[in-house]
Amino acid sequence: MSASEVRLRDLLVRGLNGDASAYHAFLKDLSTHLRAFFRVRLSRLPDEVEDLVQEALLAVHNQRHTYDPGEPLTAWVHAIARYKLVDLYRRRAVRDALNDPLDDELDVFASSDTEAADARRDLAKLLERLPDQQRLPIVHMKLQGLSVVETARVTGMSESAVKVGVHRGLKALAAMIRGEI
Amino acid sequence: MKTDELVAMLASGATAIEANTLQRRYATALGWGAFGATLIMAIKLGVRSDLAEAILLPVFWVKLAFPATLFAAALLAATRLSRPGMPLGHVAAGIAAPIVAMWLLAVAALITAAPEELDGLIFGRTWTSCLSNIPTISVPLFVASLWAMKGLAPTRLTLAGSAAGLLAGAGGALVYALNCPEMAAPFIAIWYMLSMLIPTVLGAILGPWLLRW
Repeated sequence: MSASEVRLRDLLVRGLNGDASAYHAFLKDLSTHLRAFFRVRLSRLPDEVEDLVQEALLAVHNQRHTYDPGEPLTAWVHAIARYKLVDLYRRRAVRDALNDPLDDELDVFASSDTEAADARRDLAKLLERLPDQQRLPIVHMKLQGLSVVETARVTGMSESAVKVGVHRGLKALAAMIRGEI
Repeated sequence: MKTDELVAMLASGATAIEANTLQRRYATALGWGAFGATLIMAIKLGVRSDLAEAILLPVFWVKLAFPATLFAAALLAATRLSRPGMPLGHVAAGIAAPIVAMWLLAVAALITAAPEELDGLIFGRTWTSCLSNIPTISVPLFVASLWAMKGLAPTRLTLAGSAAGLLAGAGGALVYALNCPEMAAPFIAIWYMLSMLIPTVLGAILGPWLLRW
C-alpha cells in the first residue's frame, strides 16, 4: 500500500466519521490524483478533464457511503473514476475514436496534478436550476457554511428537510451532469 | 465553479455517515420484497395442502435448498457488485455449485428411470404454472433489489442487474416451493432454473438503464 493511499484512506475514514476538515483535505488531495488520471486518458479531449474531475468528485461524495474501510481505497476510487470515464465516452460516443488506455490495474494515486484548468461546465449555474427545497439548503449550508439548525431557521424548512434537500440536491446535480434532467 | 470551490462546498458541514448503509439497505429491501412475495403467494396460491407430509421427504428439502443456496450466492454477488472496486472472488463458483449439484441429481434420476417415466420426471403436471408463478412471485423482490442497488454504487451495471434479478428469482422460487407439488429432481433442475432465469435476464437488460448514477 502506497504512502499516499494510507494517508488518503485515513483522511476519508475520519471524514466519514464526521471530521469535515479531514474530509476537505481528502477531496482536495483526491482531485489532484483524479486530474492526473483523467489527463492521461483524455489526451485528445483535454477540455473535458476538469469537468470530469468535478463530476467524479461529486460521485465520490454522493456515493461515499459505499466505501468499506476494510477494502483498499485505490480499488474504490479507481472503479468510480473508471465508471465516470466510460460514462463520458458513452455520452460522447467517441470511445472507438480514442486510443486512450482503459487499463484496469492502474494505481490512481501514482500521480497527481495540481494545475486545475477552468471547468467548462459551471456547476454554480446548474445549482440555480434546482428546486428551492434542494437549492436553498445547499446554498446556505454548503456555500455559506451555516449549520443545519441555522439553515432550517433561515429557510423555514425542518431540519430533516434541510438534510434531505442537500442530499437530493447533490444527487440531482449529478443527474443533470449526466444529462438526465 | 472552480474545482477547489466544489471541494469546499462538498466538504462544508459534512456530517458522519451512518455505518452499515449497505447491510441496512438490503435488509429493508429484502424484508419488504419477501413480504410482497409471500402476500402474492398467499392470495394467488396458498401453501400446498399436504405440506405436513411433504416436509418428511428429502426431495422437498432439495427443492428448498436449491433456490436457498442460489439466493445466498446471489445476495453475495449483489452486495459486492453494489460497491465500486469490490472483487467478486468466488461468487461465480458459489452460483454454479448449486446448479451443478441440482443437475447431477436430475441426471441421476433420469438415467435410473424407466423410459415411460421420463415424461413425468421432466414435465411433471405443473411446468407451465411454475414458469409463470415464480417470476410473478419474484416481482416485489425484483423491484426491492434494484431499489437497494440504486441507492448504492454499482459500476458493472449488466452484471449488477443480473445479480439483482437472480436474487429476486431465487427468492421467488423459494416461496413458490412451499406450494409446488412437484417432487422430481429433473423438474426442479429445468423449470425452477428457467423460472429464475427470467428475472435474471430482465435484470441484465434493465440494469444499464435503471442503475446509472
